[in-house]
Amino acid sequence: MSQDAKGGDVGRRDFLRGAGLATMATMATRFTGASPRAVERFLATRFTELSPDEVEAILADLERDYSRRFGKEVSVSATPPMDDVFFGYGLDISRCIGCRRCVYACVKENNQSRDPQIHWIRVLEMEKEKGIDLAESSPYYDPEQVPEEDFFYLPVACQQCRNAPCTRVCPVKATWQEKDGIVVIDYDWCIGCRCCMSACPYGARHFNWAEPELPAVAVNPDTHILGNRPRMKGVVEKCTFCIQRVRNGRYPACSEICPVGARKFGNLLDEESEIRYLMREKRVFVLKEELATKPKFYYFYAT
Amino acid sequence: MTRIKQFSLFILGSARLALTGGKAYWTWVGSLLILIVWGVAAYATQLRDGLIVTNMRDQVSWAFYIGNFTFLVGVAAAAILLVIPAYVYHWKPIKEIAIFGELLAISAITMCLLFVTVDIGRPERFWHLMPFVGSLNIPSSLLGWDVLVLNGYLLLNLFIVTHLLYKAFFKRAYNKALIVPMILFSIPFAISIHTVTAFVYIGMAGRPFWNASILAPRFIASAFCSGPAILLILFQILKRLKVVDIKDEAIWKIAELMAYAMFLNLFLFGAEIFKEYYSATHHILHTQYLYSGIHGHTALVPYAWASVICSTVAFLLFLFPATRKNLVTLNIGCLLIYAGVYIEKGMALVIPGMTPDTLGEIYEYTPTMTEVRIGAAIFSIGFLIFTVMCKIAIPVLKGDFTVDSLERSG
Amino acid sequence: MDPDHRDVLPQSSSLIILLILFAGIGLLTIFSIVKGGAEIEWHEGGGLKAFAPEDFPEIEWNDPSIDQLDAAGLEGSNEAFKVAPPPFSEDIFPCTECHAEMEPDVERRVLEDMHDDIVLDHGPKERWCFDCHNVDDRDRLRLANGTLIGFDESYRLCGQCHGTIFRDWRQGIHGRRVGYWNGPKRYLLCANCHNPHAPKFRPIKPLPPPVRPEFLAGR
Repeated sequence: MSQDAKGGDVGRRDFLRGAGLATMATMATRFTGASPRAVERFLATRFTELSPDEVEAILADLERDYSRRFGKEVSVSATPPMDDVFFGYGLDISRCIGCRRCVYACVKENNQSRDPQIHWIRVLEMEKEKGIDLAESSPYYDPEQVPEEDFFYLPVACQQCRNAPCTRVCPVKATWQEKDGIVVIDYDWCIGCRCCMSACPYGARHFNWAEPELPAVAVNPDTHILGNRPRMKGVVEKCTFCIQRVRNGRYPACSEICPVGARKFGNLLDEESEIRYLMREKRVFVLKEELATKPKFYYFYAT
Repeated sequence: MTRIKQFSLFILGSARLALTGGKAYWTWVGSLLILIVWGVAAYATQLRDGLIVTNMRDQVSWAFYIGNFTFLVGVAAAAILLVIPAYVYHWKPIKEIAIFGELLAISAITMCLLFVTVDIGRPERFWHLMPFVGSLNIPSSLLGWDVLVLNGYLLLNLFIVTHLLYKAFFKRAYNKALIVPMILFSIPFAISIHTVTAFVYIGMAGRPFWNASILAPRFIASAFCSGPAILLILFQILKRLKVVDIKDEAIWKIAELMAYAMFLNLFLFGAEIFKEYYSATHHILHTQYLYSGIHGHTALVPYAWASVICSTVAFLLFLFPATRKNLVTLNIGCLLIYAGVYIEKGMALVIPGMTPDTLGEIYEYTPTMTEVRIGAAIFSIGFLIFTVMCKIAIPVLKGDFTVDSLERSG
Repeated sequence: MDPDHRDVLPQSSSLIILLILFAGIGLLTIFSIVKGGAEIEWHEGGGLKAFAPEDFPEIEWNDPSIDQLDAAGLEGSNEAFKVAPPPFSEDIFPCTECHAEMEPDVERRVLEDMHDDIVLDHGPKERWCFDCHNVDDRDRLRLANGTLIGFDESYRLCGQCHGTIFRDWRQGIHGRRVGYWNGPKRYLLCANCHNPHAPKFRPIKPLPPPVRPEFLAGR
């Protein structure tokens, strides 16, 4: 399910594309005055079907574009999944105090649009008396101090479902689950139909309703092509477990900033990992288990 | 004459026909064009600034555009209500006008496709949806299937209509061996555009308001109400234009059938309401938002009740022979159905499905002026297509516009 | 030829009037909805303005020293942990600078001249400085069995009572760690987050809520 096999129809596609779209592209270049590489990129196939050389060319292009646009060196990588790694996340509800440090660290790390604002993490405040009840929750709490006496907090981001409804409904195969379990989006292929947003039971997918505003000083220059590289208007984006960090062995940003250490991350295939330890020693649950999405994002109570 | 020459003669003649008309015709076309220009200007803004100019947000990510799309899919399928009696039961009076059902289907599908186009964030990447050229996600994505069946239905109807008119223009009999199977084929196609569109919604397990298998039969039941409602009015116009002589009995018969369809629609609606309110689980929130509002958010409530009342009154009007056979009450009934289903299968289907959103947040969506303008433009384009096609089809069918008449007029 | 709608109009007045009425009501409805949308009133606080991480200096987690984390002594070891430095107040360590010359006073009392900021709120009332701090060498902490340890091993001291939490901490389940999920990582000492003298976690100011969808496009 992760990567589609490169079928024999690629050749035919190339031919059709060459015939019909090249003409269109040449015209487009003439009218818009865009660089010829932009046209090539517009006509490029989706990420999983690109040859390694094409990937290299696109990465170089993106780096040049971004560096020029932001006036500083921006690197774009396509680090592949590691072998024998399947990522999982744990969040300790008994510790989370709802301070939203993770929300803003995520924005900073992942180059989300500042205005219109996009947050990949939504922290829900819930009444202790009512337990976990999404219908009674609120993300807009704003007291002087947290935690508030009678409330607890449930941060929600992409649950990285094993059985992801969002990838299934995409009409153009622009989103898929990678071998290491991260659900990613090809921003250059997404048509912005928002079907995946309807399908996601966790409100984890976010749309670029306008051209994202990302100040040059604020850009995180270490980017991944399927993750935190600057996005464009009209495409969907979501949490990737900080793909640019975790594929290099680092913890996700939200986990490193959490002042109470409620966020845990690791390899589900490694019995010694933190995530496996907590699944063994604590009791975990997932959100909306009745939908059988089989999230790799586990909530637990350490105490 | 070669075929190409013949065809271009037909096209040229049709174009000339479409460009000649009386004051009423040009007033109508002119106002449609004004609306189109007004809406296209709004769409230009949307293209420049992004979908932020709509009131759609992450919480309610499909709304006015997709609501209209859903409603129009129902209208498009109405053609089969003429096709089935005409070609399956060989009912002569309807056979003569079945082509108008197909014209309606063509206009409605065009509007559907336009509504989808204006809803997507990167319309220039539409080619990603094309089989072989792009990467249509078949069989997994229901929206992918929808793209296929909608375009298939459009092409099918376009072909049938063009063939029928073209042959009539040259006063030749149409190719039965080709057209009849195609028309029969369009019946399952029409059912499938409904079913697949319903499945797009039903497939969203995280949205309990949509995730109900009753949605597909309700789509069909309500389409069997709203489609004929338009056609009944069309019939009366055609009758006055003396295109065909439609007996009042035929109209009453269709109205009676509509009463049954409406009963079925109301029954399925009742079944859904029972299930929601008797079990009263969390899933009821969406229905509650629609009919009584939650936490003071009541934007949809008047429309939801208007829809229920419209449908019920129309049902009663169509049920009793006295009101069914009175043209005034019949027409009122048609308009009520149209309004009722427009609300029910449009905004009242899409918005409550997303309110509250999957994390329980209530964002009260109402369309912006930009959305309304773009919607008006698309409806105008649909009406314009329908008008122009009728402008050509009516004289062709009446025998006023043929290759001879064209040569006579020079 | 040329039949247009002219000959429809005079005869079908009832229909036309109905259609016009219908269109009129429809248009009115649409305009009322649109207008209604523009006048959403908002009284609950929060979420009216979009804040960015740049507004908050505390949003900083990338410690350059992480890149130099040494893998040695970290894997599979339960005793030696790469920990962050103990959170001493400025110029307070080594304690012996002052205490070497002072006579220890083991009486329970309110501290006045020095350390007057310390108010013990940690377990039973009988708790006193020398339950943890070593009397003879103030630069060391003292375990219950008499073992002296440095401040950078203070977790062993806390672990004496908080056994289950100590176990979780060693496994990385309690408390925050930074670094590599598959390699070297740095732990925080208990005292980095909990004031050892009053360890209950203090409430903090939350960062502002997300902007509400009604205000996403600005106002």
